[in-house]
Amino acid sequence: MGNESEGRPVILSRGARTALAAVMALGLAFVYVPLLVVLISSFNTDRTFGWPPSGFTVDWWQRAWHNEGAREALLTSVKAGLGATAIALVLGSMAAFAVARYQFFGREVVSILVVLPIALPGIVTGIALSNAITTSLEPLGVEFGLFTVIVGHATFCVVLVFNNVLARLRRTGGSLEEASMDLGAGVFTTFRHVTFPAVRSALVAGALLAFALSFDEIIVTTFTAGASVQTLPLWIFSNLARPNQAPIVNVVAAVLILLSVVPVWLSQRISSDTAGGRL
Amino acid sequence: MSQRDTRQPSPARRLSGVLHRHPVLRLTLLLAAPMLVLVVIYLGALAVLLVSAFWTTDDFTGEIVHEATFDNFRSIVTTEVYRTVTLRSIGVAAVVTLICAVVAFPMALFMAKVASPRSRRVLVVLLLTPLWASYLVKAYAWRAMLAGEGVVNWALAPFGLAGPGFGLTATVIVLTYLWLPFMVLPVYAGLERLPDTMLEASSDLGAKAGRTIRSVVVPLAFPAVVAGAIFTFSLSLGDYIAVQIVGGKSQLIGNLIQGNAGAANNLPLAAALAAVPILIMVVFLLGVRRTGALDNL
Repeated sequence: MGNESEGRPVILSRGARTALAAVMALGLAFVYVPLLVVLISSFNTDRTFGWPPSGFTVDWWQRAWHNEGAREALLTSVKAGLGATAIALVLGSMAAFAVARYQFFGREVVSILVVLPIALPGIVTGIALSNAITTSLEPLGVEFGLFTVIVGHATFCVVLVFNNVLARLRRTGGSLEEASMDLGAGVFTTFRHVTFPAVRSALVAGALLAFALSFDEIIVTTFTAGASVQTLPLWIFSNLARPNQAPIVNVVAAVLILLSVVPVWLSQRISSDTAGGRL
Repeated sequence: MSQRDTRQPSPARRLSGVLHRHPVLRLTLLLAAPMLVLVVIYLGALAVLLVSAFWTTDDFTGEIVHEATFDNFRSIVTTEVYRTVTLRSIGVAAVVTLICAVVAFPMALFMAKVASPRSRRVLVVLLLTPLWASYLVKAYAWRAMLAGEGVVNWALAPFGLAGPGFGLTATVIVLTYLWLPFMVLPVYAGLERLPDTMLEASSDLGAKAGRTIRSVVVPLAFPAVVAGAIFTFSLSLGDYIAVQIVGGKSQLIGNLIQGNAGAANNLPLAAALAAVPILIMVVFLLGVRRTGALDNL
């Protein structure tokens, strides 16, 4: 109630508010200066990212535009991201509904289990999955490739959807659904008309976070991709060390930074949860 | 009087009825798929990995010897290098978490309690956008910035100072930079839930801003900070790429695991080393259950 008020009550002294604003500004500067360096360096004629930049050129942008490897890697990353997000959406919301709407033995265990893939360091997940694939799945015919990358990503993307949907379900409570059923709607109708609209924006927020995480993930991907599949982070990793390719990587990064404002801003518009989604 | 409705219910309706009458069935159907994936695939893979920690590799052939032994664990505990690296990794993760918490808290407090609702949205977008920028590029940007002719030295030169160069300090800076949004967001979500009325009441009782923050805001926001700490601690604990890029010659436990799993082809030892962060994080997670942080994720 108090948080939605038009004229905010003055709850902290002016000194405190100025201090907080200063820290906020410094924090934002800290976050954005390296990104600006990347952006400026993509126009730098000098290949070694020396500072201050020695000259201005759009040559790197032109070369990046025509780079096959970058485009393929981008496509692979998008496919992997979409696959992982889809799986995460289904599994995450199912688990969230189970935990939010039912009391059962082991409810807390489910929460911890869902968090585990993202709480354990990526390298642990990576070698565990890689080892499992080599020992158990390859004899069955499952090879390293896009599928294993998607499965690997899905394990830690589930928690992002789970948290968002869970928070939303906790906030909306079950009484609307009960009322709907009292009025004669079956389970599916209630879901379609009452529950789904309520959690829709939480699903979008979770999906965006899941896609972003999958898109940028490198450690687990290194271990689950094998030799045939190259996502964008893998492409970046293999190219940043090469002096001829490094500036092109810079351009790709600059493009990613500029483009990513769109989905983030969109999710903010859709989501009534102003925190932008739960991690 | 209306006639009795003698139509048969549709199949969907019948299924809905069955589901409605048997909540256990609904619950099982909901949990089946997620638990199948998480337990069978993820926990199963972890179990297989940890089992292989009890094996060794034959020094001569490099093949794995399937005999149960504690050799790997013994060598981790007794060898100086492993102990040092483990402690160093925990230290780095702890320092990064601490700095993130200290920097993120005022930022989140500003966003939640001081900024206007319109600018709050803009600030969240500003804070979330860098998450999409590639981790690798950020690390390499810092590498360029911290290098000899980089931005940091260039900016500090007029003051007669020099940047930290590569090494453990640089690693801490870069890791803090990378994970800061992961700390700000949960803390912001937690602070947003804090009712303004509590702060008003505190100041009505005579507390200045500092006292209010210290005695009212911090304890209530603590679970959210712990939630953020889970992310920053675990992300820093296992990281091996950032330290390779800006860490110079430093080694963290992630490097040891990766080295043994890859080039040294000693998967059992890598698995045994991996057991260390697993143990740490499980203890961490079980410990923070009481603080309610898991609800704040």
